[in-house]
Amino acid sequence: MTTSLTHLQRLEAEAIHIMREVVAEAERPVMLYSVGKDSAVMLHLARKAFYPSPPPFPLLHVDTTWKFQAMYQLRNQMAADSGMELLVYQNPEAKARGINPFDHGALHTDMWKTEGLKQALDKWQFDAAFGGARRDEEKSRAKERIFSFRTASHGWDPKNQRPELWNVYNARKHPRTANGGESIRVFPISNWTELDVWQYIQLESIPIVPLYFAAPRPTVERDGMLLMVDDERFPLAAGEVPQMRSIRFRTLGCYPLTGAVESTAATLSEVIQETLLTTTSERQGRAIDKDAGGAGMELKKQQGYF
Amino acid sequence: MSETYITDALIAEDIDAYLAQHQHKDMLRFITCGSVDDGKSTLIGRLLYDSKMIFEDQLAALEDASKVSGTQGAEIDFALLVDGLTAEREQGITIDVAYRFFNTEKRKFIVADCPGHEQYTRNMVTGASSADAAVILIDARKGVLVQTRRHTYLCHLLGIRHLVLAVNKLDLVGYDQAVFDTIVADYANFAQAIGISEFTAIPISGFKGDNITSLSPHTRWYSGPTLIEHLEAVEVDGTREAGQDFRMPVQWVNRPNLDFRGFAGLIASGTVKPGDAVRVLPAGTTSTISRIVTLDGDLDEAQAGQSVTLCLADEVDCSRGNVIAAAAAPPEVADQFEASLVWMSDEALIPGRGYWLKLATQSVSATVQPPKYAINVNTLEHLAVKTLELNAIGVVELTTDKPIVFEPYAQSRPLGGFILIDKLTNATVAAGLINFSLRRAQNVHWQALDVSREAHAAMKHQQPAVLWFTGLSGSGKSTIANLVEKRLHALGHHTFLLDGDNVRHGLNKDLGFTETDRIENIRRVGEVTKLMSDAGLIVLTAFISPFAAERDMVRAMLPLGEFIEIFIDTPLAEAERRDVKGLYKKARAGDLKNFTGIDSPYEVPVRPELRVDTTSESPEAAAERIVDHILGARSEAWMPTI
Repeated sequence: MTTSLTHLQRLEAEAIHIMREVVAEAERPVMLYSVGKDSAVMLHLARKAFYPSPPPFPLLHVDTTWKFQAMYQLRNQMAADSGMELLVYQNPEAKARGINPFDHGALHTDMWKTEGLKQALDKWQFDAAFGGARRDEEKSRAKERIFSFRTASHGWDPKNQRPELWNVYNARKHPRTANGGESIRVFPISNWTELDVWQYIQLESIPIVPLYFAAPRPTVERDGMLLMVDDERFPLAAGEVPQMRSIRFRTLGCYPLTGAVESTAATLSEVIQETLLTTTSERQGRAIDKDAGGAGMELKKQQGYF
Repeated sequence: MSETYITDALIAEDIDAYLAQHQHKDMLRFITCGSVDDGKSTLIGRLLYDSKMIFEDQLAALEDASKVSGTQGAEIDFALLVDGLTAEREQGITIDVAYRFFNTEKRKFIVADCPGHEQYTRNMVTGASSADAAVILIDARKGVLVQTRRHTYLCHLLGIRHLVLAVNKLDLVGYDQAVFDTIVADYANFAQAIGISEFTAIPISGFKGDNITSLSPHTRWYSGPTLIEHLEAVEVDGTREAGQDFRMPVQWVNRPNLDFRGFAGLIASGTVKPGDAVRVLPAGTTSTISRIVTLDGDLDEAQAGQSVTLCLADEVDCSRGNVIAAAAAPPEVADQFEASLVWMSDEALIPGRGYWLKLATQSVSATVQPPKYAINVNTLEHLAVKTLELNAIGVVELTTDKPIVFEPYAQSRPLGGFILIDKLTNATVAAGLINFSLRRAQNVHWQALDVSREAHAAMKHQQPAVLWFTGLSGSGKSTIANLVEKRLHALGHHTFLLDGDNVRHGLNKDLGFTETDRIENIRRVGEVTKLMSDAGLIVLTAFISPFAAERDMVRAMLPLGEFIEIFIDTPLAEAERRDVKGLYKKARAGDLKNFTGIDSPYEVPVRPELRVDTTSESPEAAAERIVDHILGARSEAWMPTI
């Protein structure tokens, strides 16, 4: 007897199929791990795809040193639980120059994340990198293939993407040379929506960073964004005192760049409820998408951003 | 707002009830396609807007953008929402597929908005390859255009079974039913010509929202479903695949330690349970499923569309590229195929050059013969071509360096669809769809069947036989064979009559009347009669079968005594005088070539089991005599031994 599979069962099967194709065809795959809820789902899917083996690739965290403390804690715990190797990369130049989100604006993202990612991929010679990006997040992502090809300099050419037929993926690329090599970014949860991710986390009881749930936290307001004071590096104005507010985060990045929402949603159901009733999009809390007008993300991707 | 969309009230009042409902939705993938400016992006913008998938900040950004670069005056230009690339917004066109998502209370939808320009056909094919349904848009002011036909052809070629003809911009023609009816009739002509048996036509305005989620007051003459109602009702493809024979292409062998060996893959069709007998192809080795392993525990059963890890009871050789299939109904293995190709590269096909062919998880080297023809999708003409250029659709023969496991595309997308990859650039240069194999591979082994031909015959209480009627055209073969069959049937025997003309309408419709084709005609009929007699039937055939060599070939295929050659001996002059089908007249006039007895020889049987002289014996008398011979002369061998 067969029953119609639900949309989440189909999306799960698709993601697992994609991960297995990459492992079968790529030489050195890696999973980008940013500790957010999408990364949590990706890691869970990877464990399912290769069970009883541990996923046959390492996790790579391109660190900026400015993530929330709670993210570092969960990252270390999850790597230990999954039996996977955790690689952490911090761009040495950004470190030496003390690049930070308070003083350097867009340069912070560019050096720590975009450059850091390219350096990390080159350092370990990864030829395929899994990312948790979804097509519902942003309009240039909506156009991207599941297997997204990158030049040796990590560039994306949106006007010349490979056709992608059925679920038959072409993972062939030129071998590495002294100048680096072509690589593929692979997005197994391309077809998931934010709601799918939340519901899957609930159904599969996947651990996520507690910051997604509302709790009283120390906050200040900057340029209309509510920021959390996560450590002593946060520069406060003279006489400024962080306010305790019940807040949570819809996405997680560098804490000085990630806006919180005031909320009392303390359970997954409540978070999902709030997500569905909200009137602003998920990435709205992120500064990165507003750079360079409507084409912010497309431009960043062409330069090698994930 | 229609109540088919997300109900805020339920979300606000009882989120858990909403989630329980949402969790059990299935998923439909569809595309929107059609010519440039037929309003595809606008329609999707409308679907997202009506289903509240557009947020306030996105709407604000959209309003700003509409003022700067919109094409709808003061109104919101929904197309800007989906045309996500800078180059697209600058040029006001869609270059690549955009994937968008929305829900109704019944379903989750993934919609792929496909570009309308011919130069971006490969991107359209990308979107269409994984779709269950297609919404083909037509601008009511323009009617059916070349791209409408092109996209319809591609949707049909790629096996999309649910086609919706959305006649759009109806507001711009005053919601005139006559305009709608004319376009639907025009489209139906083309659809029929390419073999589309049904489609659903809906009059809409994506811009104004007519008949999208609720029936429009402007089209009271239309009583069919709204677009959303229709999309909520069509059958999702995966459900159909679950009912077919089991197949799982092996992606990866899971070997965490010496005690475990599992085969990971996505089930392409059918269902599987521990204890099921399976066959590993192409080798053909058999084994039994011992476990279906997942992180959540072993499964009792798995079905098409699920990614699983299978363990086998025996230590059989099995690796990536192999297919695990139902033992009793395995797919074919071959190394030569006829296939349809959609060429997707600026560099044209080079016949004879090696390309990588990837089908499911199999990668082999393949060479393509010069195309048999290309198809003009507008006129459906077959064009003689030497190669296939960008966006051309053609039919080719290709050879792989190793046999591959496959099924015709019409039967299975996962095992019938393949891509060709340029070995130098690594670019995906073509999408391919297998029509059929041209030669079965050498290493296909005979399957030993547990139910033998004797057992089949015993159940029917008869001795199988092949009554092979041969003679000139118009000699009376079919007439007498028909009488014999009626008589045997009346006596309770299991029979089947293969008639020359009928077989040429189906099984052998690709064959002509040259000597080579006549030989192949008889060879195929011989194989079919053999299978039927294996099944225990008494088979009657009525073919001219002019060559002694072919009649003897069929005789040699069958056990001794089962082939009964019956020569219907009618002199040429007499057959020509009767000329029941008017064929001799045509042949004499030179309108029919290679006609037996006129310009092609008939080799008279030297020692037939029976001979019927139709100039001295009536058909009824002849039939009686033949039946007596079968039932009488062979009665000593009547009861089969098992």
